[in-house]
Amino acid sequence: MKAAVVIFPGSNCDRDMAVAFEQALGAAPAWVWHKETALPEGIDVVGLPGGFSFGDYLRCGAIAARSPIMRAVADHAGRGGMVLAVCNGWQVAIEAGLLPGALMRNTSLKFTCREVTLRTETTDSPFLSGLSIGDRLRMPVAHHDGAFIADDATLAQLNGEGRVAFRYVAGNHQAAERANPNGSVEDIAGALSANRRVLGMMPHPERAADPALGAAEGGRLFSALTQTLAA
Amino acid sequence: MKARIEITLKTGVLDPQGEAIRRALDGLGFEGVGGVRQGKLIEVELSETDPAAARQAAEQMCEKLLANTVIERYSVEIV
Repeated sequence: MKAAVVIFPGSNCDRDMAVAFEQALGAAPAWVWHKETALPEGIDVVGLPGGFSFGDYLRCGAIAARSPIMRAVADHAGRGGMVLAVCNGWQVAIEAGLLPGALMRNTSLKFTCREVTLRTETTDSPFLSGLSIGDRLRMPVAHHDGAFIADDATLAQLNGEGRVAFRYVAGNHQAAERANPNGSVEDIAGALSANRRVLGMMPHPERAADPALGAAEGGRLFSALTQTLAA
Repeated sequence: MKARIEITLKTGVLDPQGEAIRRALDGLGFEGVGGVRQGKLIEVELSETDPAAARQAAEQMCEKLLANTVIERYSVEIV
């Protein structure tokens, strides 16, 4: 399986994501600059990393979503290619129309950088096939604009089709009201595209993909891809 | 010719920044402040001389980039 990581001006989780892909897949992903108009041949999965693309000008992810490479990423997704969109990457993917809803300023108005606990809501996705429903994963969030919202029809569709990937839940010894770090509706922390092959999420699995970083549970999203390959 | 584009959150979309401003105004002793909504103003200089065409161009800019119509509404004034 071949991975590529897109780099926008202001991306800052691109290397972490590349390391996580390499640990899982055994080969370093291709780097793709935002001005490129095509992905390298034979790419199976594209990573849209976290960061502050284009300084978060206009709206988070808005300018990056209109950069040349995103047409190629949209074509890739349209062909059934996989996309992992984390943090600013999710903002970019939503702005590009790959995923529904919107991500707004945290209701606390604060940039929130801490560990959260996620509950796995579905395993029906190449990124989630190594998990079981109900599995709890710890990983960090670090964002200012991560409050997921969607209109009632979109929410009903996401719930009805089982496309909510993760919800924030209280961790051990954590008060319930501390579980949701940003005010996301229905505690939604990640969501899938209609074909389940594009995953957007605010928490950072790539920052929790090595025991040396304190938690390795995020690595299960990357290692699941090797099962997809074998299947 | 210039397009003045006003972008605000749609009614019903929570605006935590507007709410923080409201609370700050309250703290300064301003009385009678109801809701506060924050938006943005974008001015685009256009070489177009026909107001109707300029408006159409500005509206396309809003649809394609300047506004996120999932959560925002926009209004265009040609000046």
